[in-house]
Amino acid sequence: MKIYIERTNKNINAKAGNVRELLKKLKLNPTAVLVRVNGEIVTEDKKLNSKDKIIIHSVVSGG
Amino acid sequence: MCKFCETKPVIELISGRRLCKFCFIKYFEKKALKNISKYNLIEKGDNILVGVSSGKDSITTLSILHKLSKERKYFKISALAIDEGIKGYRNLKNLKRYCKENKIRLHIINFKDEFGYTLDNLIKKFKFMPCSVCGVFRRYLLNKYARKLKADKLATGHNLDDEAQSIIMNYFRDNLETSARLGPITGIVRDKRFAPRIKPLYFLTEKETALYALLKKYPIKFNECPYSLSTFRAHVRNLLNEFENNHPGTKYSIVNSFLEILPLLKDKYREKIGVCKECKEPTSSEICKVCELRMRIK
Repeated sequence: MKIYIERTNKNINAKAGNVRELLKKLKLNPTAVLVRVNGEIVTEDKKLNSKDKIIIHSVVSGG
Repeated sequence: MCKFCETKPVIELISGRRLCKFCFIKYFEKKALKNISKYNLIEKGDNILVGVSSGKDSITTLSILHKLSKERKYFKISALAIDEGIKGYRNLKNLKRYCKENKIRLHIINFKDEFGYTLDNLIKKFKFMPCSVCGVFRRYLLNKYARKLKADKLATGHNLDDEAQSIIMNYFRDNLETSARLGPITGIVRDKRFAPRIKPLYFLTEKETALYALLKKYPIKFNECPYSLSTFRAHVRNLLNEFENNHPGTKYSIVNSFLEILPLLKDKYREKIGVCKECKEPTSSEICKVCELRMRIK
């Protein structure tokens, strides 16, 4: 699946069964991100498949 | 599925409740309003100045207060933005458009006009610590313009995460006196020269605020200040996020227990505020921090 990580402005490919697993694999803290799958914001138990397009937004901003 | 309407959830709250887009927006607004009313943040006839950047927290605060002022008509709002001059970060274009579309009066001031330098130049030329100088100058300008624009209160976008971080930072630095100035409505003593600061998002997390801003499609960019990446606050923020992930509710516990002792801190650190002998602005020292910095950049 294709993943765009907003904070680092990086596109990567990775495999995971659900969002929770994906964040663990990418070493991202679920408290600090929001995940969009095919345009929709989802919760951590959302199942993923290989054709999904994923955007990971960082919720941290400012100083 | 959403606890209330059985549609796809967008968030699982700390309580375990899962909410869809519409129920979450309702939850968020209700919680902000509850905070405003519980701490009496806004009174009849108030002229509220909202300190805005172009980030999610301040635009959300502005929109919540704008909606409330239109519905209830007992107070009015305007916005104040400070352009520090941080290349590639501070961009007020979207904010200007948002205010224009919503008929909100926006005042813009900048470091260059006020102090002669942008923040980028101050750091390059005088090797200042970015967050220290930025914080001192921003606080000074916010208060100066709140008074100039005859605002009764200054609203900021501080959320639960910001407050929990500040509390822990002050503990770690043995700086309880600074903590006495925290809380949903700030200030140890009421003084005409200071506009009290109110924080409508006080009990909403950074993640909830980001989600609300995304769902409302506000014209914002989720970028971090380039100077904030390796600061003390960033370390505390990462530490608390790690804790929150392993022990949900940690940030609420920090803030709630702090509110229990806040009245004691306010009592202990009640001080008489003097006048800076250089600029006549209120300060607890002989010369205020702004004038100290001004002397160094002369």
